[in-house]
Amino acid sequence: MAKITLKNLKHSYLPFPTEDSHYSLKKMSLDWADGGAYALLGPSGCGKTTLLNLISGLLIPTEGSILFDGRDVSRATPEERNIAQVFQFPVIYDTMTVYDNLAFPLRNRGVAEVEIDKRVHEIAGMLDLTKTLKNRASGLTADGKQKISLGRGLVRSDVNVIMFDEPLTVIDPHLKWKLRSKLKELHQRTRRTMIYVTHDQTEALTFADQVVVMKDGEIVQTGTPIELFERPMHTFVGHFIGSPGMNVLPCEVKAGKAIFAGQNIATVNAKSYKGKSQKLELGVRPEFVSFAKKGIPVDIVKVADAGRFRIVETRNGTSSIKLLVPEGEDIPSGKTHLSFDATHTQVYENGWMVGGRT
Amino acid sequence: MSSKAVNQKAWFLVAPVFLLVAFNALIPLMTVVNFSVQETFGDNVFTWSGVIWFEQVMHSERFHGALFRQIMFSAIVLAIEVPLGLGIALTMPRKGPWVSVCLVLMSLPLLIPYNVVGAMWNIMALPDIGLLGKGINALGIDYNYTRQPISAWFTLVLMDVWHWTSLVALLCYAGLVSIPDAYYQAAKVDGARTWAVFRFIQLPKLKHVLTIAVLLRFMDSFMIYTEAVVLTGGGPGSATTFLSIDLVKTALGQFDLGPAAAMSIIYFIIILAVSWLFYTLMMKNEEA
Repeated sequence: MAKITLKNLKHSYLPFPTEDSHYSLKKMSLDWADGGAYALLGPSGCGKTTLLNLISGLLIPTEGSILFDGRDVSRATPEERNIAQVFQFPVIYDTMTVYDNLAFPLRNRGVAEVEIDKRVHEIAGMLDLTKTLKNRASGLTADGKQKISLGRGLVRSDVNVIMFDEPLTVIDPHLKWKLRSKLKELHQRTRRTMIYVTHDQTEALTFADQVVVMKDGEIVQTGTPIELFERPMHTFVGHFIGSPGMNVLPCEVKAGKAIFAGQNIATVNAKSYKGKSQKLELGVRPEFVSFAKKGIPVDIVKVADAGRFRIVETRNGTSSIKLLVPEGEDIPSGKTHLSFDATHTQVYENGWMVGGRT
Repeated sequence: MSSKAVNQKAWFLVAPVFLLVAFNALIPLMTVVNFSVQETFGDNVFTWSGVIWFEQVMHSERFHGALFRQIMFSAIVLAIEVPLGLGIALTMPRKGPWVSVCLVLMSLPLLIPYNVVGAMWNIMALPDIGLLGKGINALGIDYNYTRQPISAWFTLVLMDVWHWTSLVALLCYAGLVSIPDAYYQAAKVDGARTWAVFRFIQLPKLKHVLTIAVLLRFMDSFMIYTEAVVLTGGGPGSATTFLSIDLVKTALGQFDLGPAAAMSIIYFIIILAVSWLFYTLMMKNEEA
């Protein structure tokens, strides 16, 4: 187990990168505490797998360094780093039994058979694999195979970090949920440092204590799920997290007041805006928008039922504003007004939250 | 009977395949079966002879000899070509400009016509003027493939290895390339050494490809004719007279149609049986 530090890490798949666009991973620094559960969240191609492979040692960074407990491991092999990784597609050793699969990482390291037996049974118990230990691994279902991959990561008691690269991609939806809760449970039981890569916000938010949101090879925001939800530092985070995503509306700021649709809108951070005429936007989540007698005049465009609440799409001029209406509450028809919750309405300058970056 | 109308038109759709199989397999084969149970003294007059040709072939020492040499030959070339081909495939590059160079070089022997291969090696191995033959003799080893059975066998095996190892290598290479990277990465993470990666990832993943390679090489080597005839003509004596060479001698040299036909059928059944047995054994554990 280890504390992981990334220092000015940069990576390019090209041999001689010169421009910024050559880098799949732009300069980043991070500190991850020992025993934490972290998620790397972002759309496909944002560099999250690259970052994961850099940490695991399958890739060597172009610039910068990676430290485990202060020890520089940037150029160490995966074996030297003593990490475990679970891949997108279940990797099992077909010809071996489930038991041998789980024992494999220990046998490769010359652990005594008695100790191996103890560890394998312990891990198999945690993963509900005890009954299948003697079966050939190739006969298992996809989620069973993925459990074996996971088990091979857990079986070594001294791994520094366990990494998951979109491990639930090939798992059936109803099993995804089960395996996800299993992961969470395992983290609580073993207290290993775990890093989970995904493009699925639900997976990231349910698994991790800290979520790192990435976009185009950069970290956009690091925070707890609640922070990401309530204080998205970038409109991208607002969009990417939450369903539906944050409303982003063009606005102006004059004398510390945000103006949208000709009205003053109370916000958290308009006062901090000191710049000149940059691209300014107002961000407010559908959860913090409600119908009102007065306020922003809108037309109702569409109502979609999402179970416990309804998603109402409204329009003011060219801007579309979504809001959530709880079950049982009336929805006015035709023209109406909206108000925004002032404590959850933020101003963004060129995509970044005003006063957010320090 | 069910009340559903049976549409007989479907037979027309099967007809082309049926005709194709009939003309390229059934009819030629039946001709051979026909010859194998009849006696002829020319003039296209045939008389029924029962199974005497089969009995004759089964008890013929000449056939036993040819069959034994054939089995030895197939066993030797398989034992060399499969591990060698696999080894070459493992050392071939996976990425970069050398991939195409390797693939083309490996394919070259496969593109040369059989009789040309035979002629090439025939000349190359000549002890007085051939590069190989002269070279071996220059090393102080007495080598003459037209006189010594050992030399003839050595040359034949070497020629077959040269000609066909590429096939095994290319098949294995295709199999190796199709193994997803994640397996190698997982093995690295699990701390597996090169041998363990080969034993637990590459070899199991190559099982199907290797089965096909062994089958193809077995069938082909068991039927070897052209190259061997051009190189040694079955000699010296009958030292390299394999089944197919013996068969042609019987059928076209001596014009013993009956025994030759009986021999063909036995030959065919051996290949079929061995291939079937091998394939079944290899695929037996698939469902587990």
